[in-house]
Amino acid sequence: MCLAVPMKLIEITGKGTGKVDSGGVKTDVSLMMIPHARVGDYIIIHAGFGIEVLNPEEAEIRLDIFRELAAATARLEET
Amino acid sequence: MNPADESRTAKALAQEIGEICSKTSGPLRFMEVCGTHTMAVHAAGLKSLFPDNLFLVSGPGCPVCVTEKRFIDEAMLIGQQHDACMATFGDLVRVPGSFGSLATFRSEGGTVRVVYSPMDAIDIAAAVSPRPVVFLGVGFETTIPTIAATLKTALARGTENLFVLPAFKTIHPPLRILAAKEDLHGFLLPGHVSAIIGSDSYEYLVRDFRKPGAVAGFEALDILLALRDLVRMAVDKSPAIINDYKRVVRSEGNPVARAVVDEVFEVSDASWRGLGLIPGSGLALKGPYARFDAAKSFPVEVPEAKDDPRCLCAAILTGAKTPDRCGLFGKECTPEDPVGPCMVSSEGTCAAYYKYGAA
Ligand code: SF4
Ligand code: SF4
Repeated sequence: MCLAVPMKLIEITGKGTGKVDSGGVKTDVSLMMIPHARVGDYIIIHAGFGIEVLNPEEAEIRLDIFRELAAATARLEET
Repeated sequence: MNPADESRTAKALAQEIGEICSKTSGPLRFMEVCGTHTMAVHAAGLKSLFPDNLFLVSGPGCPVCVTEKRFIDEAMLIGQQHDACMATFGDLVRVPGSFGSLATFRSEGGTVRVVYSPMDAIDIAAAVSPRPVVFLGVGFETTIPTIAATLKTALARGTENLFVLPAFKTIHPPLRILAAKEDLHGFLLPGHVSAIIGSDSYEYLVRDFRKPGAVAGFEALDILLALRDLVRMAVDKSPAIINDYKRVVRSEGNPVARAVVDEVFEVSDASWRGLGLIPGSGLALKGPYARFDAAKSFPVEVPEAKDDPRCLCAAILTGAKTPDRCGLFGKECTPEDPVGPCMVSSEGTCAAYYKYGAA
């Protein structure tokens, strides 16, 4: 039930409200809990509310860790 | 990342997990606190990657699963006796109470409206006014702020026919009970609950119980990474709280969301299926928000609920048993015709076992 999904904030529509886009589908969400969200951010949506803003640097760090692990496995596969 | 690299990463992490686990002969048991993790673990077939002495057990992390039968009974009685329209998240509609579920209530002429956001309940209230609308207040820290925000809006707009039947729960009190169990060696901590309460809030697991915890995201690789950190900390006996979901979870959580909750609710006791009454584990409406409490506005006499004694949900929610140990599993109890809540919720442990098998 605590499912939450990232969607891109495409417009601030009013005080504490915005529009997100997910694969072409546009939805109105509340930004009341993430006043720091900016257009272009990916925000985590739960039950019609943005509950957090995705941190792009941390997302990139995670991918770097995984890419390194994958590369190490690939080297092992070759030997 | 492309699928080939993803599977290589999974392989690397699984191998590391295997190597660390081989350093100890005893079993290593970790609890995935969150129902969404349970489902993700099964969907990705992760258990087939685990070494023989690594066990992942399910916990009380599904608000639907830990809601007592009495709650469904009370909701239905309010609906029947006060001609109330029920507004709820979809997960709750088929949870069986003592005299059927909300689906039964609807088939017998009652009104049940499924909402995506609790804010929808305000529109429903406007549409059916002056009939009362009762929102079924089930959820953990992820969901509670959305309901608090809805009530703030309702108060500001002067919506008079909206009510909430509260059964909210907070994760720390049961976690403290489970952390004291000697056969649990650490916790896979819930990602979206943590987005609100913050990874720092779990420090007591280390300080008071010497148990490690890892906050995890919901992709297969997120879970493997967190598990690797957990097995390492458990085997090295160096417990800490590691945040493996930093792209979403801040160490301090979301203070704005918590402030909304504090404005509307105060701490209360709550009853959990499987764990019983836990002091300080619930939330009650306070101050000007007390008038939204459906239990106070619409008192009904709720007969004592009887759980089917054969249903093992209580043991399953505390990680003591797995669904295949239940005699009803897959026979009398299926997702189409569930006996216990763990089979209803799409994130219930029994539903996950049913859909994907034990592996
Ligand atoms: S199955 Fe549903 S109700 Fe049960 S814990 Fe998971 S999300 Fe909650
Ligand atoms: S299989 Fe059904 S009856 Fe058995 S424990 Fe799970 S929900 Fe309860």
